[in-house]
Amino acid sequence: MGLRRRYLPLAGLLAAVIGVQLAASATNSTFYLTQLTMAAYYCLVIIGLCLLMGYAGQISLGHAGFFAIGGYLSAALTSHNFTAVSDTLLMRTLDRAGLLLHHQSLYGDSLLSLQPWLAFFIAIGVAVLIAFVLGIPVLKLKGHYLAMATLGFGIIIYRIVLAAEFFGEADGISEVPPFQLMPGLAVSGDFSARVQNYYIAWALLLFGLLLLLNLINSRMGRALRAIHGSEEAAEAIGINTARAKLYTFVISAAFAAVAGSLLTHFNGGIGPSEASVMKSVRYVAIVAVGGMANLWGAMAMGIILNFMSLRGMFGSYDDAVFGGVLLLIMLFAPQGILSLRLKNILWAKRPMTGK
Amino acid sequence: MNNMLKRTIVGIAAVGMLAVPCLQAAMADTIKIGAILAETGPSFLGVPEANTLRMLTEELNAKGGINNNRVELIIKDSAGDPEKAISFAKQLIEEEKVFAIIGPSTSGETMKIKKIAEETQTILFSCAAAEDIVNPVAKWVFKSPQMDSDAAKKIFIEMQKMKIGKIAVVTSNDGFGAAGGKQLQKIAPDFGIEILISEVYDKTATDLSALVAKLMANKEIQAVVNWSIVPAQSIIIKNIRQAGWKVPIFQSHGFGNIKFVQAAGEAAEGVIFPAGRLLVADSLPDNHIQKAVLVKYKKDYEEKYKEDVSTFGGHAYDAFVILTKAIEQGGTDKVKVRDALENLKDIVGTAGVFNFTAADHNGLSLDAFDMMTVKNGKFALYTN
Amino acid sequence: MEFSLFLQYLFAGITYGIIYAIVAIGFNIIYNTTGIINFAQGEFLMLGGMISISLLQVMPLPLAIAAAVAITMVVGALIQMVFIRWIENPSVLRMVIITIGISILIREAALHIWGESVRTLPYFIGSSVTAVTLFGTRISPQVLIVIGTCSIMVLFLSIFFRYTSLGREMRACAANRRAATLCGINVKNMVTFSFMLSAGIGALAGAVMSPITYSQYDNGTGLAIKGFTVAILGGLGNSLAAVAAGLFLGIIEAFSITILPLAFQDAVAIAILLLILFIRPHGLFGSSEAARLKEF
Repeated sequence: MGLRRRYLPLAGLLAAVIGVQLAASATNSTFYLTQLTMAAYYCLVIIGLCLLMGYAGQISLGHAGFFAIGGYLSAALTSHNFTAVSDTLLMRTLDRAGLLLHHQSLYGDSLLSLQPWLAFFIAIGVAVLIAFVLGIPVLKLKGHYLAMATLGFGIIIYRIVLAAEFFGEADGISEVPPFQLMPGLAVSGDFSARVQNYYIAWALLLFGLLLLLNLINSRMGRALRAIHGSEEAAEAIGINTARAKLYTFVISAAFAAVAGSLLTHFNGGIGPSEASVMKSVRYVAIVAVGGMANLWGAMAMGIILNFMSLRGMFGSYDDAVFGGVLLLIMLFAPQGILSLRLKNILWAKRPMTGK
Repeated sequence: MNNMLKRTIVGIAAVGMLAVPCLQAAMADTIKIGAILAETGPSFLGVPEANTLRMLTEELNAKGGINNNRVELIIKDSAGDPEKAISFAKQLIEEEKVFAIIGPSTSGETMKIKKIAEETQTILFSCAAAEDIVNPVAKWVFKSPQMDSDAAKKIFIEMQKMKIGKIAVVTSNDGFGAAGGKQLQKIAPDFGIEILISEVYDKTATDLSALVAKLMANKEIQAVVNWSIVPAQSIIIKNIRQAGWKVPIFQSHGFGNIKFVQAAGEAAEGVIFPAGRLLVADSLPDNHIQKAVLVKYKKDYEEKYKEDVSTFGGHAYDAFVILTKAIEQGGTDKVKVRDALENLKDIVGTAGVFNFTAADHNGLSLDAFDMMTVKNGKFALYTN
Repeated sequence: MEFSLFLQYLFAGITYGIIYAIVAIGFNIIYNTTGIINFAQGEFLMLGGMISISLLQVMPLPLAIAAAVAITMVVGALIQMVFIRWIENPSVLRMVIITIGISILIREAALHIWGESVRTLPYFIGSSVTAVTLFGTRISPQVLIVIGTCSIMVLFLSIFFRYTSLGREMRACAANRRAATLCGINVKNMVTFSFMLSAGIGALAGAVMSPITYSQYDNGTGLAIKGFTVAILGGLGNSLAAVAAGLFLGIIEAFSITILPLAFQDAVAIAILLLILFIRPHGLFGSSEAARLKEF
């Protein structure tokens, strides 16, 4: 793949992102950007998972768990009140370093929490560490056993956030403060900050895509495809398959955690539904209907399905529509949605990158 | 090289088309009321709530609306997911420009959109039980169900009469159970009651006989309090009675759904719980202040939907009726309506008689609850 | 611990365990003939319960259950014929997604047919408070009926697969599809039959456990996850191992509550499962050699 070919679609996407914003602003309908922003964060999880499933060939039914680690740790550390322990050495050191956040609750009580940046790095760090430690034994498993192990990881995280008081039990965590990225730029759900948040989310998604596209076309990407083809053969030609799989697992977990953390600041809260098994299944299903090893397809499906669901377009039939879409695409276009529209109808004869 | 590009553009175009704004001109004399309810998903509360709201809106519009303004109801099904509730709240406020929002059904969702309501100055009338929603008070947030703490107090008062001092508390791991559990822990010492065991079961639990064995093993337990809204609350009473344990069982107001009684069968007999009077509407004395309201709502609902009325629909009923009253007084100015809400007095609803003040955004008092029990498979007032 | 208390935990554990085992066996039957996991298996239990509750209004209990089992078997066959039979060489992941899609659709259909409310069959013997005393501990007769029914099903299935020609043909498909085809076995029919069989045992289990666990449109999902866990724990494809694994998990769950808060029960049970998988990557009783031959 030539460089132009790799970057042109990205440039096109960037143009479209800007175009949508301009059109929305011009027609006074910027409210659409709210759901597009949320969908972009979910898409970040999805493209990360696409790398793991489509390119490295490893299924994960527990990615909502990584999303939840990112979201919940960010939320808890930035909204929990640490005033009671403010005299400890650790807290005083943090305070002196400017890493503590003095803010007020909705009712004017003063709170002492961690700075969102610090919480963000802790959250991502924990997710990466867990992915690393978990990945070593889990990725030795195959097929259904791997599916079960990742599903199990997701269930454990779900149970922990649902049972732990620190994570708010069933109610989750509310009133998460905005995340000041730099002066004048904050991840927050304020209506006035919507356009900048739309750009933050999409810039991040574009950056993620760029990263993954480069990775796929690197030595690492070729190694992954070899593993997907046949692990034994890949091993035989000198690829360290265990390491390659582990790296991909960690990268995709990090993507999910970043998305979880930022979406939580955007929403101002997080609840246990974000960690549920159904969420993980949704991510996997969207990657599958996008065409497995097709970042663009996964992204398109991720945006469309999440956008419509978050706008409540299907009312009480949300799950039914989702199930129906899954079934139809898997029955009639097993190569993913893009293969149906483009390969068969418009650009026949071009072999797909997907498997 | 163009394939990828074209493919991308087509993909983007598809997204773009979805985002093409469809202009919805609001009618000049329409008051839009949004509702975020969990019609699907693990908690089933949204169904009676949505049914009730639809019924009331129809009735109201048939009578000519509020001050001749038609009411338009927009119901969003959040399935109990906070992230959807957040998205819908923003959508309703900004896009639909709703006058007020009724719901959400669960406390977790309500807590997430509380701030949005405050910042956009939109009246939020929650149908969830948790105390935290209105305590501390937020300017724009109200709620219609009775207070958890009042339910807990009612139970403890009854226990004192029965000379019960040591109890076990079991709750479900949903918002309703968690909030109730918190209040029980907080208030118990005031009544000199000691909680020996406190356990949380899963909202989808299908058998709790192991939990019952654990409770039974503690011989000091004089009563069990079970606080939840899910089917498991009727499974646990079955398990207790099957084990031959004759301990008094107290439930929360979440038990106010006859289906749980039917499911538990004989085991439900004698369960004691606080609830609004909707459940015993027909047997109230004729001069009871709530009788007329309750009987009418029950009759209308059961005729229209062919299913038993439940207290949860009643919470939506109260929210709707109170909101309508306030709009009648305050007109279409949100600030005036909010102020009117804070001054509403003696509104007879299904949950009790509401008296709002600036400091009390729930307006109900301890006497909104009566202690009920189950007799011959039916709800009845509890008398000892 | 007192003996009667110990027995109470034990019976609770056996009840959970045997239910998990039946779901896991449903998974295994289909896995053995197709190599796929049918994630709609939990929905068969839900259908068995729901349909028999509806039919109970027009016919006596045994007939209602029999009819519910028959109807669910037809549903199982239809699912296989409409969605699965005609697909040539499907990849495993495709089948996983398809069965997940089917399970979501069945669940949503059930929601719109029966509504969200909880229903239940009456207790077969006595009422919800009836209990028999066994070694000084009280147990609902329904628990014994569930344990008995599930044990009979397990026995029936092992005889069926070992001694009947149909059962042997199905096992042949499991061992080697191509060889089975060459021997004149109609593999596709065998697959349809495996769907019917697992739908049938699922529905029967769903009906007999309904008085204890209740039936609701969405209670298939939780059971499917537990059943899948047990199938994996035992080693995919091995039904007797599934029974052992089911009882193991159920009893652990029941006794864990004596030392741990119930809220963390699931997390602990799954953590144990993960540890076992890390040590024995093919389940407690699965053989690594057999697993290597499977594509997925």
